[in-house]
Amino acid sequence: MPTSARRKIVEAREVRKFFGSLRALHRVSFDVHEGEKVVVLGPSGSGKSTLLRSINGLETIDAGRIVVNGVDIHDAATDINRVREEVGMVFQSFNLFPHKTVLENLTLAQIVVRKRAKAEAVERATALLHKVGIPEKAQAYPGQLSGGQQQRVAIARSLAMGPKLMLFDEPTSALDPEMIGEVLEVMRALARDGMTMVVVSHEMGFAREVADRVIFMDGGTIVEEAPPTQFFTQPAQERTKLFLSQIL
Amino acid sequence: MPDAKQGSSIIEVGDGAAIPRPSDVGLFTAWRVAFFGALASVAYLAITRPDPYFRILTFIPDGILVTFEVTVGAILLALVIGLFAGLGRVAKNPVINGAASLYVEVIRGIPLLVQIFYIYYALGRIVHIPDLYSAVIAMAVCYGAYMGEIFRAGIQSIPRGQMEAARSLGMTHTQAMRHVVIPQAARVVLPPIGNEFIALLKDSSLVSILAVSDLLRRGREFASETFSYFETYTIVALIYLILTLFFSKLIGLLEERLSADKRTA
Repeated sequence: MPTSARRKIVEAREVRKFFGSLRALHRVSFDVHEGEKVVVLGPSGSGKSTLLRSINGLETIDAGRIVVNGVDIHDAATDINRVREEVGMVFQSFNLFPHKTVLENLTLAQIVVRKRAKAEAVERATALLHKVGIPEKAQAYPGQLSGGQQQRVAIARSLAMGPKLMLFDEPTSALDPEMIGEVLEVMRALARDGMTMVVVSHEMGFAREVADRVIFMDGGTIVEEAPPTQFFTQPAQERTKLFLSQIL
Repeated sequence: MPDAKQGSSIIEVGDGAAIPRPSDVGLFTAWRVAFFGALASVAYLAITRPDPYFRILTFIPDGILVTFEVTVGAILLALVIGLFAGLGRVAKNPVINGAASLYVEVIRGIPLLVQIFYIYYALGRIVHIPDLYSAVIAMAVCYGAYMGEIFRAGIQSIPRGQMEAARSLGMTHTQAMRHVVIPQAARVVLPPIGNEFIALLKDSSLVSILAVSDLLRRGREFASETFSYFETYTIVALIYLILTLFFSKLIGLLEERLSADKRTA
């Protein structure tokens, strides 16, 4: 199915954002269609994390428009909490709730936000822990898990809400090298299931293999946007070539 | 001493109360010497010189009870006031934030003794309530400001990512505070609140200047009848010491259990 025929999950238009006098995002426009996997690359400070965080309203924007699931999220009339229920976010530093067990991490928002019965929430959480490969850790606390396990729990926690879109903010950057694989494997499985994903990452292998499209950012703007094969073998922009020569 | 040898006595001092730490081992720790020394002194004096020491001991127990009532009542009320003050101090709303900050700044700048007089007489003009209550309210209003700062620090010590994760799951700010931030902050603030409790126990002696028959006032009553000032205040001081040492130990144990908890790993 051509992407143009699919429904747009994210539609960003002319987004601008300043941190004081620093131009974090400048006239950024892009779309993400249902089922699409987009990997955002770029040097640090290029605005890629800011862009991702503005998609679920963790960052405000100064100009432009971001429509998620048909809702303009930076409109004052929008209930941002309703939008966020449908948008999962995975952080670099996991941000699991340390005072709650793994199972409670997965059930809390289901019960509080989705108003699900506890039994239903637990059932769903248990199924997701099987899916990310650590059902035996349900009663453990986050502090007792390895970084890779924590990140898999964090992914499961987001999935428990049944999101239509998953955002990943450098999900493997805080992990020891031997744990990166297990997290990427969970993300690949998620991609195979047809989840719509926007991933900020430095994992080039993952980008090549999973992405439908790669967005390269620098200095708060989108420099280049292309399918991974084209992006990695025939980049159009000089800036992109320079970046790729530095990291590959 | 950045590198204290293991087994040596490390005492953490907070608000004048020495909190024994797990590393504080050995038979003759400062805490044990003070606590059991005070107990033994009271027993020795009461047995060897029943007049006046045993008479003092039979006269003041209801004062200990009042001291307890004031302390526990004030700490509970101060916790409530402090939670609101602390939440107000971290609130984005400028009016709420300003009001909470003003409360904290004003209260912290006035001596407790002056506040107790002031609130006692100010309250007395508006409503007629028992002296014990106005004493509790005065103590709570004062300690609420300090509690507020403890709560503020506790809330701010929780990484921003916790709030962001909770909000990303669709929780409202209030839900995130209630289920994610405050439960974690509670663990952080427990030790300093324990310190405040001990400080408040000692400061509760100030209410004896009002017509509240706490431990110190009962002592004064006994002394002024019998003229045995030295003996009475010796016992009063020893009882305060026993009480504060007992509670500081209790808080130290609680703290130890919390830090041994797997969840904090």
